[in-house]
Amino acid sequence: MTDVTLSPALAEPDRKVISPRREVWLAMRGNKGAMAGLIFILLLTFAAISANVIAPNNPLLTDTTHLLAPPVWQDGGSWAYPFGTDAVGRCLLSRVIFGTRLSLFIGCIVVTLSLFIGVSLGLIAGFFRGWIETAVMRLMDIVLALPSLLLAIVIVVILGPGLINAMIAVAIANVPHYARLTRAAVLNELSKDYVTASRVSGAGTLRLMLVTVLPNCAAPLIVQSTLGISSAILDAAALGFLGLGAQAPTPEWGTMLADSREFMERAPWVVTIPGLAILATVLAFNLMGDGLRDALDPKLKR
Amino acid sequence: MLRFVLSRLLLVIPTFLGITLLTFVLIHLVPGDPVQLMLGDRVLDPTRHAQILHEMGLDQPLYMQFLEYVWHVLHGDLGHSIVTKQPVLTEFLTLFPATLELSICAMIFAVVIGLPAGVFAAERRGSIVDHLLMGSSLTGYSMPIFWWGLLLILVFSVQLHWTPVSGRIDVDYFFDGGTNFMLIDALRSDDEGAFRSALSHLILPAIVLGTIPLAVIARMTRSSMLEVLGEDYIRTARAKGLGNLRIIGVHALRNALIPVVTVIGLQVGTLMGGAILTETIFSWPGVGKWLVGSIFSRDYPAVQGGVLLVATLIIFVNLMVDLTYGLLNPRIRHRR
Repeated sequence: MTDVTLSPALAEPDRKVISPRREVWLAMRGNKGAMAGLIFILLLTFAAISANVIAPNNPLLTDTTHLLAPPVWQDGGSWAYPFGTDAVGRCLLSRVIFGTRLSLFIGCIVVTLSLFIGVSLGLIAGFFRGWIETAVMRLMDIVLALPSLLLAIVIVVILGPGLINAMIAVAIANVPHYARLTRAAVLNELSKDYVTASRVSGAGTLRLMLVTVLPNCAAPLIVQSTLGISSAILDAAALGFLGLGAQAPTPEWGTMLADSREFMERAPWVVTIPGLAILATVLAFNLMGDGLRDALDPKLKR
Repeated sequence: MLRFVLSRLLLVIPTFLGITLLTFVLIHLVPGDPVQLMLGDRVLDPTRHAQILHEMGLDQPLYMQFLEYVWHVLHGDLGHSIVTKQPVLTEFLTLFPATLELSICAMIFAVVIGLPAGVFAAERRGSIVDHLLMGSSLTGYSMPIFWWGLLLILVFSVQLHWTPVSGRIDVDYFFDGGTNFMLIDALRSDDEGAFRSALSHLILPAIVLGTIPLAVIARMTRSSMLEVLGEDYIRTARAKGLGNLRIIGVHALRNALIPVVTVIGLQVGTLMGGAILTETIFSWPGVGKWLVGSIFSRDYPAVQGGVLLVATLIIFVNLMVDLTYGLLNPRIRHRR
């Protein structure tokens, strides 16, 4: 995290100017952790997109002749089921691969949803001060007073268990972070001259909001979104584990853990493998989020 | 100072009202007929149905129901559990010590390891030790704790037989009229075996619940220490020829701790969220497990009351953190 090299623009002032995007990329490239995270995320994305092709078996197909078959690196394992099978004889590797598709999908949808709601609320609070701002920010405080998992549970209780409802619940629970960040950034930008200039030249509120100010608030939002994907995946898996998220045959990692819990003494791999998948994915997004923060905001660099 | 305290107190009221509204709405948003939902599959004749509806006040207009709900809440009446028929508040208070004991031990674990790790990493910034410590703390931060718990059970309970799998203490021990804090009750019973049993039951859940706070504290301590170590007065202390231990321990740590203490306070939410998962995995008879159980048995008054109480607790602790921070730091107190 600390070995971010100075971008060449700073090191050699006489070289030609580098675009901000390129500067971020250079800073990221010097950060080994962030690059490891990025590469892993790219691998996951590839696995998610081509799940149909690379998964050796159908993730839902049960093979009653191979119940709890061990993974290939253990005695009795075979290449037919490289990660072994679960209690009803489903291929664990295929389930983990299809779970990748599901988890990335959850992460992206949840973040998009909470980003959209949060940014809208933040923009409204930042632009229309007064009672609107107070109302919005108080509402966010209320949502923040509950731990995100507990709030998600409450929402799932209202909506009923299931993957879609769990995603909505996690998205709502995460809205305050984006709303607060956006409002803070908006308030900071609004005092700057370029906004006044734009206002004077006749830009309407909507144009000021979306075209003038919002792009300049992007940096913290990008960082928060990356970190948000990891917490969304984690929370959705936790809901799945509690039986409130994706339901049984769906190859969702948390649900897989809950399903195979009772077999963990006889067949540890049914528990270790899906959990490792969650940990590695969440870690990758956190590494990249940390790297992005260091690259985008030198002030926050630790 | 009084103005600061009052303004913070006033800010809490709308938040609390909002939470009350949320928990009130919770019951009314659950799709379907509330009476039938609570009764499950049993068939009920219409007169009895109307009677129950009336008894629960559900035939009143919504705003009247809400006002009545707030009135009851303010009088400590959170309704009765449908499953056990006990008052929700009583149930919560009986189970809460278990959660509190677990959370306190988790926090002690997190602070005792997280603080020194953060200080150590800051002191050796850029070294292998620093990278290792920060790498593990990011891993801890990314940990799905429900899986972490299962993993620890697999290794320490199933394979090594070092710790029991679930519960708070062996069934052989029973304390009548105790404090409900197992460690304290076991200590008072003068039975060494009881204490050892309680401790061995507690240790894995505490580690699991403490993992994320540990990671947060270690990261926060490191960054806060790095900031302080760059200050001029630290250079002065070094120039004076003070030993490294004294500079770190006395001069730097004291100032670096302020943000860390805030972060520790803010971990209460994480702890309560984590307690739901940890208690479920270890069958720890606390508030979290009770809440999950209530959801599955559709005990809506229990869910409603439990959520309200947990949220109130978090609001209260956050208020305390806020006030303490203001007390420690005049700049916060006099802002605006």
